[in-house]
Amino acid sequence: MKRIEDFTVIGHHWLNYENFLIELEAPEELPDIRAGNFAEVLLKNSPGTFLRRPFSIFEVDKEKNSLTFYIKVIGKGTRYLGKLRKGEKLNIIYPLGNAFSNPYHDKVLMVGGGSGIAPFVLLGRQLREKGIRMTFLFGGREKDNILMTERFEEFGKVFVTTEDGSVGEKGLVTQHSILAKRPLEYGMIYTCGPDPMMKAIAHIAKQHQIPCEVSLENTMACGIGACLCCIVETNTGNKCVCTDGPVFNVNDLTWQT
Amino acid sequence: MADLSVQIHDLHLKNPVTTASGTFAYGEEFIDFIDVNKLGGIFVKGLTLENREGNPYPRMAETSSGMLNSVGLQNKGIDHFVNVIYPRIKHFDTHIIPNVNGFTIEDYVKVTEKLNELEDIKAIELNISCPNVKEGGMAFGIKRTSAVAATTAVRKACKKTLIVKLSPNVTDIADMARAVVDAGADAVSLVNTFLGMAIDAGKRKPVLATVTGGLSGPAIKPIALRMVWEVYKAVSVPVIGIGGIMNATDAIEFMLAGATAIQVGTANFIDPRVSVQIVDGINDYLEKNNFTSVHQLIGALET
Repeated sequence: MKRIEDFTVIGHHWLNYENFLIELEAPEELPDIRAGNFAEVLLKNSPGTFLRRPFSIFEVDKEKNSLTFYIKVIGKGTRYLGKLRKGEKLNIIYPLGNAFSNPYHDKVLMVGGGSGIAPFVLLGRQLREKGIRMTFLFGGREKDNILMTERFEEFGKVFVTTEDGSVGEKGLVTQHSILAKRPLEYGMIYTCGPDPMMKAIAHIAKQHQIPCEVSLENTMACGIGACLCCIVETNTGNKCVCTDGPVFNVNDLTWQT
Repeated sequence: MADLSVQIHDLHLKNPVTTASGTFAYGEEFIDFIDVNKLGGIFVKGLTLENREGNPYPRMAETSSGMLNSVGLQNKGIDHFVNVIYPRIKHFDTHIIPNVNGFTIEDYVKVTEKLNELEDIKAIELNISCPNVKEGGMAFGIKRTSAVAATTAVRKACKKTLIVKLSPNVTDIADMARAVVDAGADAVSLVNTFLGMAIDAGKRKPVLATVTGGLSGPAIKPIALRMVWEVYKAVSVPVIGIGGIMNATDAIEFMLAGATAIQVGTANFIDPRVSVQIVDGINDYLEKNNFTSVHQLIGALET
């Protein structure tokens, strides 16, 4: 069941000049939240914004009864969230969307670009409980785009690529040696990040017939399947990213990969 | 509790608050948040004769105090509504009002005829004002002759209360309202969205895949309010006010301008509870001002 509630900011931490973590305490006991779920955040006093903003749920802390979001500043709304202080309230609709599915294999790869790593902490925890072995591959333009790799080391090995070579291997995630040389080691690939990256990963997955799930971040208005704005073309017609997704199996999408 | 009930021709609404087509899906999407039975009515997502996938993505752009959309009437067609959706929602203790679309007059008539068979449907909204489809839609609503032709044909076919939804993209909306009322409309609803566009200066490209789309939200409220007032003075049938209603005060303003009922649209995307909050807000306003009935508000603007 979806909820709409006023959360309280209890933590706010800048990772660098454009990325931050914001932790919000729920007024009621949190419901079950699965990796892939997202929330629609109301920016009540943010000048120049009108609609809610969807964010992937990065972390759930049952003891503190809190949710954490990993946010990159890209516009007015995210800048507003970056300036919030502890004690301020945020109205949130959650948990929204579907979730990543369990793998058919005991070894998986998660490929993330930029803030696309957001859903992988919850996914890592979920899969660890099932004894799945995980490898992470994160890419960015430069060192500043590669953040919090240590958060994932408890779940598995973390590999990195940057376009300028400032950290990890130089190049795109798709060119990283673990994908280029040994893609078949993985029984499932999960990916989240910029569209071109996800499409390139989907291409590799399809080539090697590896099941692959992508988490999309189309612009949306309502987040609950009412406005039909966030659609993605699938083999069975247009689907709402907010309710049928955000996670899709690449074989269901009409992506030309 | 004040008397909130209103009458739109044969349609009796328990209160004047309804939700606008395309902003409330089929109502089911909102039951986690509100008791939809508290609403006067639900204008459900626009229906066409055949399945429609709608327009390509991107279909939405946020604007100053509003949004543009170019969804393009995505729906699974009238038969799907009749056979699958209607049985699921007909038990709601509120009026389900289908929004009827077409690309030819025959389409409109066929959809209307199929809706005649549904016992729990007491009214339909004829949409001659969708700005997001190439043929049909708004093309009917921006010319007097085609608006009259569509209304006349649907009136003949329709066994229910007929509400005609007007486009604001016209020179004289009062004249258009008079024309559709003369052609048999039992009520008019206005306004649909304003044709607009958004540009991404960085990419030097339009934001919407269709280039243009329909503008809604508080950005259009003052114009919508003026149009409702003009139409209220021009016709003798009930007027349903639409356009950027975000709270009870906005709704009351539309009623003072002459609306018998109102539709809450884009606000549903910001807060899925808002429609029911508006019902409560109108009641609070009436009690605070010692009104016994919501009728005391309709057209009560002192000029």
